[in-house]
Amino acid sequence: MGLLSDPNRRKALTGLLTRLNTPICIVCYLAGIVWFMGLAFEPFTLRTYMSENAMGSTMVEERFSSGERALSLAKEFDAHKRKAGGMPVEWLVKAMQSRGLEVFTQSFSRKLPFPDENKERYMVRGTNVYGILRAPRAPRTEALVITAPCSPGNTNNQAVALLLALAQYFRNQIYWAKDIIFLVNEHDLIGTQAWLEGYHHTNITGMEYSPLQGRAGSIQAALSLELSSDVITSLDLVLEGLNGQLPNLDLANLFYAFCQKLGVLCTIQGKLQRNDWDTAEGYTHAAQTMMLMVLKQACGRSWGDHGLFLRYHIEAASVRGINSFRHYKTDATTIGRLLEGMVRKLNNLLERLHQSYFFYLLPSLSRFVSIGYYMPAFGLLAVILLLRVSFPGLCHCFSVSLQPSSPGVLTVLTPVVISHLTGVALYLLPVHLQEMAVEHFPVSETEAVVLTAIAIYTAGLALPHNTQRLLSGEGTEQGWKVLKLTALLYLAVLLGCTALINFSLGFILAVTLVPITASITPHMPKALYAVVMVLLSPAFTILYCVFIYQELIEAPVSVSEGWMLFLSVISQGILDHALYGSLVYPLLALFIYPCWLMFWNILFWN
Amino acid sequence: MAAPLTLLLIVAVTIRAVLFRSSWAELISERVEVVSPLNAWKRVVEGLALLDLGVSPYSGDVFHEVSLSLIHFLFKSILGSDGITAVALYLSIQTYNKNVFRKQKYALESDRYPADCLELLRSPKEMFYIPLKVAMFYLLNPFTILSCVAKSTCGLNNAIIALFILCTLKGSALLSGILLALATYQSIYPLTLFAPALLFFLQRLYIPVNLRRSSFWFFTLQYAFIYVGSLVVITGLSFFLLGSWDFIPSVYGFIFSVPDLTPNIGLFWYFFAEMFEHFRLFFICVFQINVFFYTIPLSIKLKEHPVFLIFMQIAIISIFKSYPTVGDVALYMAFLPAWSHLYRFLRNIFLVSCVLLACSALFPVLWHLWIYAGSANSNFYYAITLLFNFGQILLVSDYFYAYLRREHHLTHGLYLKKKDGTEATLVLK
Repeated sequence: MGLLSDPNRRKALTGLLTRLNTPICIVCYLAGIVWFMGLAFEPFTLRTYMSENAMGSTMVEERFSSGERALSLAKEFDAHKRKAGGMPVEWLVKAMQSRGLEVFTQSFSRKLPFPDENKERYMVRGTNVYGILRAPRAPRTEALVITAPCSPGNTNNQAVALLLALAQYFRNQIYWAKDIIFLVNEHDLIGTQAWLEGYHHTNITGMEYSPLQGRAGSIQAALSLELSSDVITSLDLVLEGLNGQLPNLDLANLFYAFCQKLGVLCTIQGKLQRNDWDTAEGYTHAAQTMMLMVLKQACGRSWGDHGLFLRYHIEAASVRGINSFRHYKTDATTIGRLLEGMVRKLNNLLERLHQSYFFYLLPSLSRFVSIGYYMPAFGLLAVILLLRVSFPGLCHCFSVSLQPSSPGVLTVLTPVVISHLTGVALYLLPVHLQEMAVEHFPVSETEAVVLTAIAIYTAGLALPHNTQRLLSGEGTEQGWKVLKLTALLYLAVLLGCTALINFSLGFILAVTLVPITASITPHMPKALYAVVMVLLSPAFTILYCVFIYQELIEAPVSVSEGWMLFLSVISQGILDHALYGSLVYPLLALFIYPCWLMFWNILFWN
Repeated sequence: MAAPLTLLLIVAVTIRAVLFRSSWAELISERVEVVSPLNAWKRVVEGLALLDLGVSPYSGDVFHEVSLSLIHFLFKSILGSDGITAVALYLSIQTYNKNVFRKQKYALESDRYPADCLELLRSPKEMFYIPLKVAMFYLLNPFTILSCVAKSTCGLNNAIIALFILCTLKGSALLSGILLALATYQSIYPLTLFAPALLFFLQRLYIPVNLRRSSFWFFTLQYAFIYVGSLVVITGLSFFLLGSWDFIPSVYGFIFSVPDLTPNIGLFWYFFAEMFEHFRLFFICVFQINVFFYTIPLSIKLKEHPVFLIFMQIAIISIFKSYPTVGDVALYMAFLPAWSHLYRFLRNIFLVSCVLLACSALFPVLWHLWIYAGSANSNFYYAITLLFNFGQILLVSDYFYAYLRREHHLTHGLYLKKKDGTEATLVLK
């Protein structure tokens, strides 16, 4: 408090901050970026370890041996799937019943707001089939879920078959203390969503579904299985869920521990772990893995069926089998054993997984960066905004705007309101105007939605000139300073909140938005800065992310392909919001974009 | 001035009506920042239902509201209470400003101010809009709006306190005493407002605060008698209406011993959730003394300025009370425009506004992470609570310092010199 109450020291401190404001800001920005890149460097990260007692010390012996039978089941399933032209519900019900499960089905239907061109669906109708294995040893108040999506074509047959084989094997064991639910869902995420909403008696997304006939206890953990070939070379673990939520790190530890035990190659983000962290290649590899995780988390969509479970406080992960051209192969029996081991350990849980971290980044499966290590990177960027706010000119404006009869407040209110109205338009209009757009232009519904969004986004850029004219006359020097102060504070709070919920999104937005917003004034060369601002706007951030992501997964794209991908990313974002309640699209449209527009306004302040 | 006030009321009512109709109302009424176990509407409804069934509403652990009959009576008017508060605050500040201006005029005429202090004096032009601003700060404050949409009975409490302030400033000792008793009866803590009200009346009647003077004791006893008498009558009335003394432990016991540790924006819940049971009594005393203790030093320091003392007391109550909600915060924040002339002496106002703003945004975010996502925990939420209260305390102490400093300058001149002739700085110690 001495610092705050002693006038001399305060003066010295503010003097220092004022004089060195720009250098401090630049140093902070660079330090933030360097800190973030340093997170992938192995000596700065922690080794993962199992925190949960119930899963750590207990030994489990895996005895699952019917991998071959699973593969023949897969062929049978494939045949029935072809015959039914979709999910062979009756066959699945029979198959599960013959394995001694209580079997129920749930039908659901959902009309998408506009056609999904990636998956070619619009009116979705489907059925989920699930069987419950009742726990013989405990009062059936808790449950585990194993799910396998029934995908079109001949993908994922092995997953469903392995699920059935596991059910048969599990049925004959006596040690289950939790009910185990075997779920085969149709239409991947939509089916999972319908089932979860039915299970928890909620309806958040306006889905139509029939109520569930049979239920088990409260679900503790869920595993989603994706297998499309008889043998695999490696197993990939997918953790990123809806809105960037991650399951407890112990789930990843569990997976890693069993992969080590059974000698299965395991990857995360499709990248194998390397041991040479002290070489440049080793570091780049870890940095790429972490960057992939950041990008995937930032986009806020669910990267597998597990992602929707997280919202219901259920720890979940997807295990994906990958068959590449390596010689080292793993058969279905081993994968079955791995799942058996994981489920048995989860079965030993006495309480929900909560011991380990929920906020982390993974540069590799055996190393993690916890929230305490990565938050400073964001903090260093966010502090720039606060430093610019405390810039004395602005501070003085604040005092003026509090004074009676100040001109500031009203002149600031207009751009703020107009920017937010543009944001609301960007949020509402694309989906609502699609029919009109389709009538008047030769485009499909999906294109109409995406192009309307881009049109509104661009139209928003034209606004400042008009608002100025509306405002009758010149914007004052005072006016833009008050506006900048408001906008900086607004952005700081916004990014802070975003980074708490979804660090990656907050960080990526901070990296692109902070430099330009911190330095913007109306006295700069307008044309040059307008270009820079547009290049650093949220939409371009998405575009860069698309290119970087493609580069990182080693599938680089040309500019036109990248553009098409960008369009599909936007349509997916809007769909994710409508179907599963992902928050990235509303966040960008209703808050980040208007906030950016406020800075755009400052640049064109007359 | 009636026209802008009416317009303001219409705008405020419209905002509330729109929010009521929207799907947000239910969400807001569940927020722990907005409702506490004491004033949640859900609990009031439960209490009324129990009463209708002929069961004592206090028999369970749900209902802790005292003025059951009052709420029965005000069943519909709970929404109007914000309007009442705003109008009462408007009129009180208008009266207060008139008094201040008259006093300033006398002092100026008798040449009591140092020559370089003229810029510190307040002009009628500047003071003209202050009452309206106060009403606006109350009605359009998001905190008040949230509290009202959640149908928290905090609004009623605020209305009674605002009416009490109005009656005090208008000089009616009887009504002031009765309303203060009513406010105390509702939530105990307004008890500390007794001191400023008494000081105000003494000042108004030109009775010096002197323990040896009989006129001082006479008036003090008179006011205390009105206060205690009406408190006894009200308590007795509720006994006769309910037919039992159940409400005493269920309301006042509940306020004092803090058995419900639902998170809120206050300081109690986390502390008592973490504490060993056998220290509980001691720390409850320590925490509760906080609210009452500051009355004594503040009354001594501010005995010439009872209205500012009222503001300080309300702020302290809302910070240190056992179940605070944002509605309580809104009440004292409404007074801030009345002290806008202190602006030049405030030192941390910018920092404080940033802190309060950021905290208000972070409350729901961390709540979401803790309760829904399950990824954060109570420590995150409590950290923000601490920061929020730190901001409030800094705000109040800043205003306190600024007020004292202005008074100091008004007697000693604006440009202070040290003995050696250099410019001096004032330090609050």
